[in-house]
Amino acid sequence: MSLTREDVTYVANLARLEFSDDEVTALADQLGAVLDYAQTLSELDTKEVKATEHVLQLKNVFREDVVKPCLTNEQALANAPDSEAGCFKVPRVME
Amino acid sequence: MELNQKTIHEINDLLKKKEVTVTEVTQSVINRIDGVEGSTDAYLRLQSEEALNLARIVDEKLKARKKISPLEGIPYGLKDNLCTQGILTTCASKMLYNFNPPYNAHVYNLLIEEGGILLGKTNMDEFAMGSSTENSAYKVTKNPWDLNKVPGGSSGGSAVAVASDTAFFTLGSDTGGSIRQPASFCGVVGMKPTYGLVSRYGLVAFASSLDQIGPFTKDVEDCALVLNAIVGHDEKDSTSLNIEKKDYTKNLKQGVKGLKIGVAQAFFGEGLQPEVRKSLEDAIAVYKAMGAEIVDVSFQYLDYALSAYYLISSAEASSNLARYDGIRYGFRAEEYDGLVDLYRKTRSQGFGEEVKRRIMLGTHALSSGYYDAYYKKAMQVRTLIKDDFDQVFKGCDVLLTPTSPTTAFGIGEKTNNPLEMYLTDIYTVPVNIAGIPGISIPCGLDQVGMPIGMQLLGPVLSEKTILKAAWAFENETNYKNLKAPLGREV
Repeated sequence: MSLTREDVTYVANLARLEFSDDEVTALADQLGAVLDYAQTLSELDTKEVKATEHVLQLKNVFREDVVKPCLTNEQALANAPDSEAGCFKVPRVME
Repeated sequence: MELNQKTIHEINDLLKKKEVTVTEVTQSVINRIDGVEGSTDAYLRLQSEEALNLARIVDEKLKARKKISPLEGIPYGLKDNLCTQGILTTCASKMLYNFNPPYNAHVYNLLIEEGGILLGKTNMDEFAMGSSTENSAYKVTKNPWDLNKVPGGSSGGSAVAVASDTAFFTLGSDTGGSIRQPASFCGVVGMKPTYGLVSRYGLVAFASSLDQIGPFTKDVEDCALVLNAIVGHDEKDSTSLNIEKKDYTKNLKQGVKGLKIGVAQAFFGEGLQPEVRKSLEDAIAVYKAMGAEIVDVSFQYLDYALSAYYLISSAEASSNLARYDGIRYGFRAEEYDGLVDLYRKTRSQGFGEEVKRRIMLGTHALSSGYYDAYYKKAMQVRTLIKDDFDQVFKGCDVLLTPTSPTTAFGIGEKTNNPLEMYLTDIYTVPVNIAGIPGISIPCGLDQVGMPIGMQLLGPVLSEKTILKAAWAFENETNYKNLKAPLGREV
């Protein structure tokens, strides 16, 4: 089951990526090949198998709600491409 | 022998005896960097001045003191996905070209406390995605055994720095083999510890359920020393194991008499280079001669590991890399029309080809209608593979396998065929899927003189057994003394 150009464009939108026509064609081929390879998984009957999200049997890690040092506003904004008045600045979202 | 060619424990002995100073040691490595870095491109950023300044400070401290800790005054490098406050951390991506982390990775803080001397940040595949370090947005690192070949990846720069004596040790990260495969390609020791043993705090995330930090060193004893320094519980990583600390150098030299070493046909399949197979057979004979018991073990589901790995890792990556949106840090596209277009343009221009490919694969695997067929299926297969390993380790203490089916390949040889590149990880990814530890150590050279690596695997938290088995082989054979020919008098 290979990937169509439409599939690629649909997924690109979900991932907030854009590609040229040539890139879409190449991706359809390359991802298609990887997915074909991964098709072997469907040979396995896993109806009764539990999924392992994580190899450790993780439990929630709790701690007392105590204030600890954290980044200052200045540090948090230091890497921002654009900021103003102590906030990250983004293009207008609402008209 | 130049100081830079020595191991950590040798330098530590010399420092203890006051026969050398940290400044001399550091200068020796910097001289070596000046001599070979132009050919290898192992580092993305160097800070030689800062390293020398720190060396002088450590020398002052040592004057007044008899005791010295194992990594004190030892120059090292860090993979560029480990956060270093005040030193750019780019993950070899244009996306983080100007990122100056506001905090340090936990492992970096531990090494600062130990008194280590940071030389610089090493090159890697962008966001640790790749098997050759060719996916760096900045430079292609070359293998010091043959400059036309890749060093492996994704921690290629870290492997090359150790192999070419431009660091005594380095740290890398291993999501599907990114420490062990380049260690194998470059003829050095590389270890991926049990998942959760080393804190991932400050490691830029690729696939959180698989990522683990580990060392590259010149020999197994050094590996144990670095492990001693970086292992430990950290409350800032919720997956960090809260267990008692061990001394990994203890009982290291005990030998392998009576140790059960498993060999599985599944790791000697199609596509295995004949010289790699031969070296592994020789290694098995060496272990037998040392009194280890060789046992045949078998896997049921190993053939499915690579597919499961690429689906799980890409799915997690697509989620982890959603944070790169051009708002809070890193690159932002110059021209865009509105917020969504800002995201799109920033991500399309900021990420390289392979990273975008993985994000696409992962997004597809998680998307509506495909989730059960791909992502959920892969996680179920993960259970089967984990159970497979559990079963195998009932019959043996460690498992001996090749690290990679081949020795290092040529630069540019596999860049146009992602699937072929992915297949180079076939013997390393099952380890991350199961969360178990593994080490790669040198075990021979192929016909054209490229290093061959063998992998020793064990159950969860069996690092000491693995190191013991690795040390025994290393010291029974002469492979550790083979040096990359780069810039050396023959």
